[in-house]
Amino acid sequence: MIDSKKYFIAFAITAVIFGTAIFVSNIIGQKKLDDVRVIENRVALDILSSETQFALLEETSCKDIAPGFLSKELGSLGEKLSYAENQTELNTTDLEYLKRSYFLLEIKDYLLMKRLTEKCGIRPTFILYFYSTKDACEDCEKMGYVLTALRDKYPDLRVYSFDYHFDLGAIKTLISIYKVKPDLPAMIINTQTYYGFYSVEDLEKTVPALKVKTTSVLKTN
Amino acid sequence: MAETQTLILYGSLFTSLFFEVFLFITYLEVREELKFEEKHIGKDIKQFPTATIIVPCFNEEHTVGKTIKSILTLDYPRNKLSVILVNDGSTDRTMRELNKFKNHPQIKILSKKNGGKHTALNLALEKVESELVGCLDADSFVNSDALKRIVPFFDDSNIMAVIPSIKVFEPRSVLQYIQKIEYSWGIFLRRMLSSLGALYVAPGPFSIFRTQVFRELGGYREGHHTEDLEIAMRMQKHHYKIVNSHGAHVYTTAPKRFPALYKQRVRWTYGFLNNAIDYREMFFNKKYGHIGIFILPIATSSIFSTLYIISNTLWNGLSKVFDALVKFQTIGFNWKSSFSFDWFFIDTGVVPFLTLSAILMTLVILYLSIKLADGRFRFTRGIFYYLILYIFLAPLWLSKAVFSTIFRRQISWR
Repeated sequence: MIDSKKYFIAFAITAVIFGTAIFVSNIIGQKKLDDVRVIENRVALDILSSETQFALLEETSCKDIAPGFLSKELGSLGEKLSYAENQTELNTTDLEYLKRSYFLLEIKDYLLMKRLTEKCGIRPTFILYFYSTKDACEDCEKMGYVLTALRDKYPDLRVYSFDYHFDLGAIKTLISIYKVKPDLPAMIINTQTYYGFYSVEDLEKTVPALKVKTTSVLKTN
Repeated sequence: MAETQTLILYGSLFTSLFFEVFLFITYLEVREELKFEEKHIGKDIKQFPTATIIVPCFNEEHTVGKTIKSILTLDYPRNKLSVILVNDGSTDRTMRELNKFKNHPQIKILSKKNGGKHTALNLALEKVESELVGCLDADSFVNSDALKRIVPFFDDSNIMAVIPSIKVFEPRSVLQYIQKIEYSWGIFLRRMLSSLGALYVAPGPFSIFRTQVFRELGGYREGHHTEDLEIAMRMQKHHYKIVNSHGAHVYTTAPKRFPALYKQRVRWTYGFLNNAIDYREMFFNKKYGHIGIFILPIATSSIFSTLYIISNTLWNGLSKVFDALVKFQTIGFNWKSSFSFDWFFIDTGVVPFLTLSAILMTLVILYLSIKLADGRFRFTRGIFYYLILYIFLAPLWLSKAVFSTIFRRQISWR
């Protein structure tokens, strides 16, 4: 005689383990997205603060701008979102929303950085980087490593990375302003567009501003 | 495509976990029975049935002498125990080793042209007159109380065969240590299957049968190089009860090097798959109880799910190593990113949690297995080797056996 009760008990225990795994994974996934949201809110506040300071520049000079003028968290935020993209358990709608907010924050930060360089006459220390998540792009992955390494090496360097195919009007506008072709990865440094993979050394050679910026980013005039 | 892969992975993990939970529940049910068997089995035998042990030999000159001596030192009345040695056309000095025992009153020696293990066993079976008969491979040795721990089970007239617990004899190489742990797991599994009436193998080393089994069902068959699997499946098909005496210990010489181990395991898995095909009418058939409804289907599917889970794990591991290499090639070694820790970057998906649950359950069963096999648990190097290396070894023979079964390729015995 088959003891069917045992099968039911074993099935129930296995189902409970499965259910717990799914539940815990979802809870942690949600917590991760909440963390990203908190960082985004902080970055938004940083940008608002910077914009307010910048508005005050009308009444003051560039030397009054503190070294931590721009938000320091954009880089780590980007890394977290990039990792989250490959996590299937995360809520995709939430993730899309957070990515949208992140790209907009990047653009706002970029505009602020641009105004700052014009106003205070400092050399540009930012890179606009376009990658693709739509097609297999091995060079994009490698370029990502290089830019992260560069940011570690030059803490004042600002890398604004954008998913070329992301459905966001502001990204499309950036692409059309700089006439970026879909030959990814692509970078814009000092209004010059670079396509393909560049190593850390290549970039340092190509963009002398990088080396100069190791000393100080906010050298006031 | 990705959804299908995820579904297969979830299905495989669910089945593995379900099987482990099922075994664990079975263990909880039978643990009192186990304690009783350990204490009392073989202690008070009133009547000893006559028994014959057949030792088929093909080129076993190095071990057969020790095998025979271990049978002769069994704690069993001499007038009730006889031994038939069969030289199956050995090309080495096996016959000379056998002849050393030719004057022993309990021993009979037969010699024939090589025809395979089942033919050697069948030749000997023709001469058997005892109530019980068993086989002992010529590379295995029995504990002196093994037969006494088996015989009491035959007091139940429904029991037609009793299989022992098999252990690895004096492990020396890393592979032998790994097999020692694997055999402990086998001891646990067989004892649980025994409680379910679902044993599907009566291993060569010292499985003891009622002689009537062979009179009624016929002798051994080639059974895709696994005659011990075939006879057990045939018995199950005819509702002949097989049980396990976990206290009856038999020691076998495990392959020392990988090529021999690989061939042996390919043969076992290939034999199981092909016998399962031959006895496919038992699958999902309520008439055969647990073995039909659950054990044969799960044992078959576990070969495929193990292959899938392991290849998936290895693929993910290799992808991570490859990514790390690409990163290293691109930017060199980065101290900052290598040693910074952020919990955000720990994979907290459903699959890692399920894999972790399955691993934890495996460790629990491994602990119980070692305790059952050795009487106590000690963390040995065998466990370490097993946990680290087995995942890389098993897919090799599993995939070869599956490939040979699907494409009908013949496999070799040695």
